[in-house]
Amino acid sequence: MSEFLAMGGYAFYVWGAYGVTALVIVIEVFAVRARARAALEEARLAGPEEPVPTITPGGA
Amino acid sequence: MAINWYKYSSPATFYPLAGKLIPWFGWAAAILTVVGLVIGLGIAPTDFQQGEAYRIIFIHVPSAWMSMFIYLVMAFWGAMALGFNTRLSAMMAQSLAPTGALMTFIALWTGSLWGRPTWGTYWAWDARMTSELILLFLYLGVIALRNAIDDPRRADRACAVLSLVGAINIPIIYYSVKWWNTLHQGSSINIGAAPKMATIMLTGMLVMSFAAWFYAIAVSLHRVRAIIVERERGSAWVNALREVRAA
Repeated sequence: MSEFLAMGGYAFYVWGAYGVTALVIVIEVFAVRARARAALEEARLAGPEEPVPTITPGGA
Repeated sequence: MAINWYKYSSPATFYPLAGKLIPWFGWAAAILTVVGLVIGLGIAPTDFQQGEAYRIIFIHVPSAWMSMFIYLVMAFWGAMALGFNTRLSAMMAQSLAPTGALMTFIALWTGSLWGRPTWGTYWAWDARMTSELILLFLYLGVIALRNAIDDPRRADRACAVLSLVGAINIPIIYYSVKWWNTLHQGSSINIGAAPKMATIMLTGMLVMSFAAWFYAIAVSLHRVRAIIVERERGSAWVNALREVRAA
């Protein structure tokens, strides 16, 4: 296990690459989820007071 | 079975479709990442020249490919938005820019950490690295341009034009290692020629590439759903959404 983590002396480079990649991907996923939630919250506040009847997509 | 594609070109019908697609692409990305990591960090043997440092390839090459590919897709949706004045195309282009910037950052970061042990430097101003850095600035420029323009439809057009002009950078990145004498090596995989690498390494790289691809699809579909709600806020169909009505 420690041999695996040592990466033949290249631990800093290999784990630096994999670690930062994992970090920025986790940040992006959380940021996108937060953005989607915030957008729905804004829409809720901007929406009508009374619940509107459901509109069937495509139907009119 | 005929699918009416035009039906899905409207934000109101695309929104639920994207919601259904996200888990499929997300799980495919997660499973492929695990498989790719097992191959890349576990099964693939040590490189006889670079030792373990070469294992950075399994994220460097997929992210570099995606950084260029996402740009082309973004420019394509920009062109569609300009040509047909379709809202959803512009929203797709808007959604792709941050993920493209992220892939470009990963490619630059991992390349830098790979360059130090193999070339002795984190950075060189060679054609490949400089043009990839310009790609990052193009993505950031598109994002900044959108933020600077209040009217979303005007921002759509401005970003589309910038994306299309910047697309000239993609062939420059791709062919830079052929056109100029770069510190960066030539490509190991070329169309119409046998790959210059071991099969197991190639397999790991391809699996990670598909993982990156599916990840990019999942996350940009999720972001475009947020963008759709942001931009269509107040419309009857958004107000009628279950997740908007359930306060």
